Amino acid sequence: MIFGLYDDETDLLSAVRTAKEKHLEIMDVFTPFPVHGLDPILGLKESRLHIVGFIFGMIGTITAFGFMTWALASDWPIIYGGKPYWPVPSFIPVTFELTVLFASIGMVVTFYTVCGMGPGVSNPTLHDRITDDKFCVAFQLSEGEEKGEEKNKYEEYFESTGATLVETKTI
Amino acid sequence: MSAITSPIREPLVKGNKNYHQITEDICAPTERAPSVAWVLAFMVSVGFLALFAFTVIWTIWIGIGSWNLNRTIGWGWDITNFVWWVGIGHAGTLISAILLLFRQKWRTGVNRAAEAMTIFAVMCAGQFPLIHMGRIWLAFFVFPYPNTRGPLWVNFNSPLLWDVFAISTYFTVSLLFWYTGLVPDFATVRDRAKGIRKKLYNVLSFGWTGSAKHWQRWESLSLVLAGLATPLVLSVHTIVSFDFATSVIPGWHTTIFPPYFVAGAIFSGFAMVQTLMLMVRKVLKLQDYITIGHIESMNKVILLTGTIVGVAYLTELFIAWYSGYVYEQFAFYNRALGPYWWAYFAMMTCNLVSPQIFWFRNMRRNVFVTFVMSIFVNIGMWFERFVIIATTLARDYLPSSWSYYVPSWVEVGIFLGSLGLFFTLFLIFVRVAPVVAIAEIKSILKSNGDQYVEQNKKYIEEKQFSGQQV
Repeated sequence: MIFGLYDDETDLLSAVRTAKEKHLEIMDVFTPFPVHGLDPILGLKESRLHIVGFIFGMIGTITAFGFMTWALASDWPIIYGGKPYWPVPSFIPVTFELTVLFASIGMVVTFYTVCGMGPGVSNPTLHDRITDDKFCVAFQLSEGEEKGEEKNKYEEYFESTGATLVETKTI
Repeated sequence: MSAITSPIREPLVKGNKNYHQITEDICAPTERAPSVAWVLAFMVSVGFLALFAFTVIWTIWIGIGSWNLNRTIGWGWDITNFVWWVGIGHAGTLISAILLLFRQKWRTGVNRAAEAMTIFAVMCAGQFPLIHMGRIWLAFFVFPYPNTRGPLWVNFNSPLLWDVFAISTYFTVSLLFWYTGLVPDFATVRDRAKGIRKKLYNVLSFGWTGSAKHWQRWESLSLVLAGLATPLVLSVHTIVSFDFATSVIPGWHTTIFPPYFVAGAIFSGFAMVQTLMLMVRKVLKLQDYITIGHIESMNKVILLTGTIVGVAYLTELFIAWYSGYVYEQFAFYNRALGPYWWAYFAMMTCNLVSPQIFWFRNMRRNVFVTFVMSIFVNIGMWFERFVIIATTLARDYLPSSWSYYVPSWVEVGIFLGSLGLFFTLFLIFVRVAPVVAIAEIKSILKSNGDQYVEQNKKYIEEKQFSGQQV
C-alpha cells in the first residue's frame, strides 16, 4: 500500500480531484476530522444509517405499545384509578422512550459493526499523525506493482499534488 | 479559504492555532502528571464519596427510619436531590443535540465536558429513587418481567414508572452519544501514546482509523442521535414533572409543570456547566478554546431560561388566585408566607432576580460574576425543588396532619456525598479523556479561528474599499 500525507484539507481535496481525473483508484482517504465536500469528489454514496435508525425505532414503538396493550388489556386486566383497560394516552411516554432507545442502540451497534470497530478491536493505521493534523490518501498496490512502474506512477502523482510525505507500508 | 464567517462574529478559537497545536493543547492534560490542585480536589471528592457510601449503607441497614420523613412529608431531600440532579443533567445533551441541530458552532468548545457532566449527574440522580425505595434489593420490581405473582405487570399508568423508562433511556442515549463523539479523540490520544497507555487507549478507541467513509457514517450517526436526543431531553424532564403534575395535590396538579420544569432544568444545567467550565478552562489552561464568548453565550441561555422560570413562578401565583380554588390558593400562600417562607425567598432571589444581572454585557463577560451567579443558580434551583416538594406536603388537606420537616444527618450526608460522587467522576474524566472535542474544534478552525476571522475581515474591507460587491 502506498500513501501520501498532506498538510491541509484544501490540498487533500485538490489531490483527490486530480486522482479522479487521472483515473487512479483511491483505496481510502484518512482525515483527522470530517472534511466537508470530500464525499462527492470521492464518489461516496450517502450513508444509509438513518434508515437503520428508523427501522429500529419502529421496532421499539411496536414492542412498547404492543407489550403494554397485551399486559394491561389482555394478560391481566386491572382497573387503575378508574381508567379503561386499554389507556392509550398513558402508553405514550413509555412508547416514545423505547422508540428512542431502540433507534439509538440499534444505530450505534450497526455503526460499529459496519465500520469493523468495537471494544478491543485494533485496526492497522498508516501513520500516527493522521488522527492529529495530516490528511492521507492511500492506494492499494498489487504484489507485482510493489517495485515496478506502477509505483512510480503514484509517486509522481503525490509529488505533483504536493504531498509532504510518501511512504509504502504493508498492512 | 474554506468558509467565510461574518467578521462581526467573535472567533471561537483564539491564539492563532493550527491543527497540531490544537491536538497538543487538548491532549496535554491527559499526558502530564496530575497537578497538586487536581490531587487535592480528588482527595476531597473521594472523601465525600466515602461519606456517600457510608450514609447510603446506613440507610439501607437501618432503613428509611434513619431519615426524618414522616407520614405527612413522604418526599423530602431525597426526591429534591433527585430532581435537582436530573435537572443538571439536561444541559449536556441540550448543548450537544439541540445546538447541533441549530448549527451553533460555539457548542464545540463545551459539548464534551457538558455531556460528561450530564452522564455523571444522571448517575447521581439515579441513586435517590433507588435508596428511597427502602428495600433496594427489590429494585428490580420496577421492570416488567415475567414473575411468579401472576405474572402481575407493573402499572403503565404511573408516572413513576414512566420515569424509570425516561431516566434509563436518557442515560443510555447520552452515554452512547458521548462515547461515539469520544472515539475519534481517543484515537488521537492513542496515536500519541506509548506503552501501557497506548494499549489502554487502543481499547477505548475501538480501532478508529479516520477513514472517509467512517467519518461520513459518524456524522450521519451524530446528526440522527442529536435528532433523537432533542425530543428526549424535553421528554425526560416533562415526565419528571408528571410525577407531580398528574397527582391531585394542590400546588402540584398544574398543567404549567412540563414547560416550567424543562426550562428550570436547562437553567440549572447551564449553571452547573458554567461552574465546571470556569474551573476547567483555568486549571487546564484551555482559555483559547473555552473563550469569554462561550461563557457569554451560556449566560444568555441562563438569562433566558431563568426568566422563563420566573414567569412560570408568577403565572402559578396568578392562576392560583384566579382559579378561585381555596386549596390551590392556600398552597401558594403557604409556600410564600408559611413556615418555609425562607426557602421560597431563596428560590425567588436566586432564580428570578439575580440572573437579571446578565442583561449587562460586561456582567455576562465577567468570569467572577459568572462563577458566583452559577453557584447562586445551583442553590436557587435546589430550593425550587424543595419548595415544590416538602413545603407543599407539609400543609395538606387535614390540619391535624400538618407537620414540619428537617433532614437528619443521614439525608444531609447522602446529598453532600452525591456531590462527592459527581466530582470524583468528573475529575477522573478530565484526566482520562480530552475535555474539548478535538476533531470538532479542528473542523471549525478554518471558519472560526481568530486568524481566519481576521483574514476575512481584511478581505471584506478591501473589497468594500474598492467598491466591489462582497
